[in-house]
Amino acid sequence: MNGAQRIPILKVGRVLVVPVQVDMDDQTVIGLQERILAELERTGARGVLIDISLLEMVDSFIGRMLSDIAAMARVMDARTVVVGIQPAVAITLVELGLELRGVDTVLNVDEGIKLLREEFGADDDDDERDEEEAELQGEWHSFGEPRHQA
Amino acid sequence: MESRAIRLESEHDIVVARGEVRAMAVALGFSLIDQTRLATVASELARNIVKYAGRGRVIAQAAEHADGRTGMRLIFEDSGGGIPNIEAAMRDGFTTGRGLGQGLPGSRRLAHEFQIESSPERGTRVTVVRWR
Repeated sequence: MNGAQRIPILKVGRVLVVPVQVDMDDQTVIGLQERILAELERTGARGVLIDISLLEMVDSFIGRMLSDIAAMARVMDARTVVVGIQPAVAITLVELGLELRGVDTVLNVDEGIKLLREEFGADDDDDERDEEEAELQGEWHSFGEPRHQA
Repeated sequence: MESRAIRLESEHDIVVARGEVRAMAVALGFSLIDQTRLATVASELARNIVKYAGRGRVIAQAAEHADGRTGMRLIFEDSGGGIPNIEAAMRDGFTTGRGLGQGLPGSRRLAHEFQIESSPERGTRVTVVRWR
């Protein structure tokens, strides 16, 4: 539970943005799943955007968590997109035999936001929210570049 | 030849194991994709030990092929109760726990060599090798 607290859940408009920036142990993964669902209930958000561009590995446990979050969020009338899977991670996932069932994946955060916006329409936007979002997106690109090891 | 043992006793040790294995793969000159494959195998098989046997260890070592290629060998050992039906455990989607059943068959696909020995008396040893 302590570990899970390190991963922020940001509310941007009607989307919960979850930038995963550290390698997570299993308890952190479970804790994060529970916190996302609690935040969905608390805020009435309609979308969940999970940024895993900094994750250097997705094993079957983390893959299952992503599928489970998408399924549970759907029951709560919210859509989940996973953004920024590194190519090496994507290749390994497929070889491992994981399909990430029910999870929409997009290349970057902009595409993810666009997809979720299309899902619940432009009516939900207001100026204030757009400013807030622009600010957050700016910050997040600064640490959103995938790291590559030589 | 470079070799090190990493103990597997808690969930946190799974994170340590995959980190150490990746670091060693980097040092051995593996490509980014191979680093990711090796770290993922380490995570899957380390979790099996922590989840099913409770404790064990992984030995990570540099390996050399007869044809001169270098590689990495990972030996996962525990003295738990063994795997009752290895054939079933190697099938995609087979699980006795909460997992997805991808750990063993998936790990075999990520490695070039894969060997599993298991008995109720001696526990389980899984050896995987990936060549550069």
